[in-house]
Amino acid sequence: MSSAAPTLHGTATASTASTASTAQQEYVTFRIDSQWFGIPVLTVQEVLIAMRIARVPLAPPMIAGFLNLRGQLVTAVDLRTTLGLPPREDGAAVMNVVVRHDGELFALMVDEVGDVLSVDTVSVEPAPPTLDDRWRDACSGIVRRERGLLLILRVHAALRAEHGSG
Amino acid sequence: MDELLRDFLTESSENLAKLDNDILELERTPGDLARLNGVFRTIHTIKGTCGFLGLARLELVAHAAENVLDALRSGKLQVQRELIGDVLAAVDTIKLVLLALEETETEPAGDDEPLIARMEAWLSTVPGDRPAEASRTARAVPAISVAAASAASGGAQAPTATAPAGPPLTSEIPAAQVNAPATVSGWDGPDRRSATDERGDKHGSIGDSTLRVGVDVLDKLMNLVGELALGRNELLQLMTALEDSPFTKPVQQLDRVTTDLLEAVMKTRMQPIGNAWTKLPRLVRDLSQSSGKEIALQMHGAETELDRQILQAIQDPLTHMIRNSADHGVELPAARIAAGKPGAGTIRLAARHEGGHVVVEISDDGAGISAARVRRKAVERGLLRADQAETLPDAQVFRLIFEPGFSTAETVTNVSGRGVGMDVVRSNIEAIGGTVELSSHEGRGTTVRIKIPLTLAIISALIVGAGGESFAIPQIGIVELVRVTEEQHALVEQVHGAHFYRLRETLLPLVSLRSLLRLGEIQRDATYNLVVCQVGEVRFGLIVEEVFDTQEIVVKPMGRLVKHLQTYAGCTITGDGRVIMILDSAGIAAMAGVATTATREDTDAASREAERLRQSAQLAQTESVLLFDAGYTALQAVPLSLVARLEEFPLASFEEADGHCLVQYRGALMTVVAANPELDLGSMDPRPVIVFRDRTRTMGVAVNAIHDIVEEHLNLQRRASRPGVLGVAVISGRATEVIDTDHYLRQAAATEVA
Repeated sequence: MSSAAPTLHGTATASTASTASTAQQEYVTFRIDSQWFGIPVLTVQEVLIAMRIARVPLAPPMIAGFLNLRGQLVTAVDLRTTLGLPPREDGAAVMNVVVRHDGELFALMVDEVGDVLSVDTVSVEPAPPTLDDRWRDACSGIVRRERGLLLILRVHAALRAEHGSG
Repeated sequence: MDELLRDFLTESSENLAKLDNDILELERTPGDLARLNGVFRTIHTIKGTCGFLGLARLELVAHAAENVLDALRSGKLQVQRELIGDVLAAVDTIKLVLLALEETETEPAGDDEPLIARMEAWLSTVPGDRPAEASRTARAVPAISVAAASAASGGAQAPTATAPAGPPLTSEIPAAQVNAPATVSGWDGPDRRSATDERGDKHGSIGDSTLRVGVDVLDKLMNLVGELALGRNELLQLMTALEDSPFTKPVQQLDRVTTDLLEAVMKTRMQPIGNAWTKLPRLVRDLSQSSGKEIALQMHGAETELDRQILQAIQDPLTHMIRNSADHGVELPAARIAAGKPGAGTIRLAARHEGGHVVVEISDDGAGISAARVRRKAVERGLLRADQAETLPDAQVFRLIFEPGFSTAETVTNVSGRGVGMDVVRSNIEAIGGTVELSSHEGRGTTVRIKIPLTLAIISALIVGAGGESFAIPQIGIVELVRVTEEQHALVEQVHGAHFYRLRETLLPLVSLRSLLRLGEIQRDATYNLVVCQVGEVRFGLIVEEVFDTQEIVVKPMGRLVKHLQTYAGCTITGDGRVIMILDSAGIAAMAGVATTATREDTDAASREAERLRQSAQLAQTESVLLFDAGYTALQAVPLSLVARLEEFPLASFEEADGHCLVQYRGALMTVVAANPELDLGSMDPRPVIVFRDRTRTMGVAVNAIHDIVEEHLNLQRRASRPGVLGVAVISGRATEVIDTDHYLRQAAATEVA
């Protein structure tokens, strides 16, 4: 996959970015509702199309269920619930971004998966304080790009159990 | 951690584990030269390596112990109890230091002077050239330690790796020989050489065939093989649809190999139960010393293999029971001789395979437990009623020892035997799907029998369906399956929103899986199934819509985010690739609030009585309690488990004959007694009646109204002053009278035709 530099909108931090050999970080991007998010590419194990999900009755709302990934158990987490977004419409497309966190596999259920994006670490800005608490907690930063803002998702925060208990 | 140090710690801890037992064995058979040499060599290796690694404290202690052992080897000292005690103390210190080393990588501070002085004192009793010898041994240290340390740092198998076929253990044996004061020893060289060689050979062959592997590697392997097996199952399922496929043969081959592989990997997790026993001989020795008793520990079947996980789980219960046997079981020598038994007591520990289980028995030939005393204590503690205590068979009486209320009885443990924490023992064993029972003959001894499964990783489970989902229920908790057809709906009773099924004259509380797991609206299907589950003493019926089949399933831990759900024990992947949840019947019982005891259908009078008794024994725990109004100021209560039926009889059905109130009930005349003599039977139509039943008698108690069913801790606060009442308990915050069903049943019996 070619990480498309042109999609980067790094002018705001051009002065700092121009200092030679800035660190680049690659992000897998995905969309939930109308918002694009990114997570470091190295945390992602694979991306799956919709799979059969086994429900877990009584589980917190954020837990969509379990997937069988080649005999391995994967906990499917619906980020819409975590982020307080309206539930997905019936029949809407779902993709699973499989991440390994603390030795356990999780599938982040998203609406669409986009490109892998290479981002200057210096162009990542802190999440604005006006952001909804839930979002601010789940996002470690914001990247401005032409197509709109890209929120950098903090995987461990998104997988915290207390999100689901509400 | 420094690799050299880590290797040293690993090897030393392995050697030390054996050492305790070897030293104890030595105490029994002082002439066992091979063993003595083995002990000497272990200590010697540790000492040598310490010098190399600069561990001064350890070196001093090991050196002192080594000198004493050396004097034993050379016959200058004789094996005796106190001496062995000091050697064991030295070993303890070494263990202590090693433990601290593992944590902090530095030697802990501590004063070993008294211990070393005791060792020196032993040596000073040796006639002759001790000082010279001591200094020579000390001088020899550096040279030896290099050899020993190189052996240690190369791992346990270093000797075989460095020494080709020829004489095994070349790096270790000479070290031992150099250090052995051959010139002053009382016995000749060749003898000793053959002894050490023989031992060396054994050691060498073990080194050839074993390999140290981390447990995490095995766990990973187990996991992978589990996944492989699941893939195989999926493949087999697909194959059933294909006939005469070119895949048939290779898939069969794959199937066979996978099965073998699964078995082989399971085996790697198996460990001999003896690994959980290593500390016990030492424990028994220390206990017998401190109590002035003589106790021999016999161990049989130490090679019986068990899953590592289970082994860990039974370690503490085993230690506890051995301690009990030594503390309370075996008597003092004088008492034993007076009782016509040999002065030395025996504790026997035996393990064997039995079906898919391992049975471990801990028996002693001690004083045994007085059933009478247990009865008395149980009555005192409110676990039993006096009249029940008399009729209960001994076997059932002993079962009370495992009741939580019993174990806290300090006096019982002092006077009559064991009891401390036996409830903890039972719950530990039950947690891994095992059972424990106790039998005892007063004056002859006590036997505790533990039955545990071989492994926890693969279990047999029943697959059921509810609300369109499938679930697995571990077979171990299932008592029976009941199919409820439309005609049998009459057997389902409803009290205050709770449902009960009349299963052979007992009321079985029902839990709907569908509503418990909020799987959607409960639809009253014409036919459904009850899975009768047993959790400890509690029995309940789980309503499911479908029962599929029984499968061997691989238990997979649930993810971190759902681990907290008490309704599940884990999950598994079925043959067709679906993920299904494994239900935890204990969690379900707790969540549904079912904690009543259901009576088993017992024809045997004694066990029937015992069953009722155990229900009473449960009075101390929370259970379902039926509350009713009998016209007294206070509400009346009865454990629901003692209730056979709740009926309503029209006023017209009450007949009076011979001064008794009778109702024709199921083809017989049933006596109905008013719960309150003041009660006017004619004042209500129909009249609620609670039906009680025991083995032979059925009788009804007329009440004003059934009030409620609550989960309550039935703790009798006050004794009763009125007949027919057991006492007063606080239920739902109100003083409530707990009625004595036996009182009513006796009334009914008085009028029966003999």
